[in-house]
Amino acid sequence: MTRLRLAAIAGVGAFVGLAALSGALAAGPGPLGVTIDNFSYSPPNLTVAAGTTVTWTNDDDIPHTVRAVDGSFHSKAMDTSDSYSFTFTKPGVYSYFCSIHPKMVGKVVVK
Amino acid sequence: MSELEADGASRRGFLKCMTWAGTGLVWTVAGGVPASIALGAEAAAMKATPFSFVQVSDSHIGFSKPFNPDARVTFREAIAKIGSLPRKPDFIIHTGDVSQLSKDEQFDDADQIIKEAGVPVFHVPGEHDVLDEGQGKAFLERYGKGTKGSGWFSFDHAGVHFVGLINVVDLKAGGLGSLGAEQLAWLKADLAGHGSSTPIVVFTHIPLWALYPQWGWGTEESAQALALLKRFGSVTVLNGHIHQVQQKVEGHVAFYTARSTAFPQPAPGTPNATPGPLAVPADQLRSVLGVRDVRFVARNAPLPIVDQTLA
Repeated sequence: MTRLRLAAIAGVGAFVGLAALSGALAAGPGPLGVTIDNFSYSPPNLTVAAGTTVTWTNDDDIPHTVRAVDGSFHSKAMDTSDSYSFTFTKPGVYSYFCSIHPKMVGKVVVK
Repeated sequence: MSELEADGASRRGFLKCMTWAGTGLVWTVAGGVPASIALGAEAAAMKATPFSFVQVSDSHIGFSKPFNPDARVTFREAIAKIGSLPRKPDFIIHTGDVSQLSKDEQFDDADQIIKEAGVPVFHVPGEHDVLDEGQGKAFLERYGKGTKGSGWFSFDHAGVHFVGLINVVDLKAGGLGSLGAEQLAWLKADLAGHGSSTPIVVFTHIPLWALYPQWGWGTEESAQALALLKRFGSVTVLNGHIHQVQQKVEGHVAFYTARSTAFPQPAPGTPNATPGPLAVPADQLRSVLGVRDVRFVARNAPLPIVDQTLA
């Protein structure tokens, strides 16, 4: 995973894009991009403002998915280099996992 | 439950499309506990065998990486291995991950190839086979005629009871493979009609024992399933998913995982590794792929199981 990729993904919103460029992954509204690599979501926990679109990109050499535990969103199987985006409109905590490899879990907190 | 008929058709309705991938293993079952036999002794043992079947697994048709650019090629080689066995198997069991991404063309390709073996094929899906929007609907329509629930089924063949279980659907976040309450209830009822001396062969995709839970290599309700199998004198559990041969014997239950026909995976717990494809030099690829031949011999003799690589 590269900062460049994150920045590119985050380019939609200057505010978040700046956060990614500065590497402020944990503070404030996080980056808009989640990279999937080595059987994990990176970053695994993301905090965003309502209305934010998050994009997951599979950089792994095996297919993965993104599936909300509460069923509110799910991707198709993403092969290497495939992406999936979802716009979070309602505040809340969204836990998700890979339906192919359920040991892979992540979370999006929408403020 | 159905019996294989003499003409090779099953009452359960044969899968018109035959797929098998990754694993080629010749299994011989004797006395309920499968035992591997030396390759040299294979031909002689075959002659005394009432019947045999082959397990293949993890064909991952659609997989394409530099070290194996076309999983169809290695799958075809695995199927060709079956043709070279000293005795034609009665059927093939494909323990899942037929496809890489559950695409119709991947299933079609797999079917075309496995058909070349010329014997019936039974399927249980892997997690890669239930990636369609219907979460396995496409697989079920293709291979699951006459099955229950998400595709589980059983049949009897030559006095042996075979049970195909599904543990790759409706998985929970952070969890392992899952059978679900409905399937467990079915399993209980299915086994109830069989005496304890009936040899049982259970096949499923993800290991039915806690092989390496940290990598998801196990099944949530395995203890419940094994409790139902406990009274039987001979239980053989076959699975795929981990792309390598691992075995374990626990009481009367013998567990075997099989090789893939597409790519290997790291040994469980390898430091800094993930349960994904393990790139190997091209000249070594075929030594880590294979099929399994299982032979059933006399009721109280050990089951010869022979794993063959594609090399």
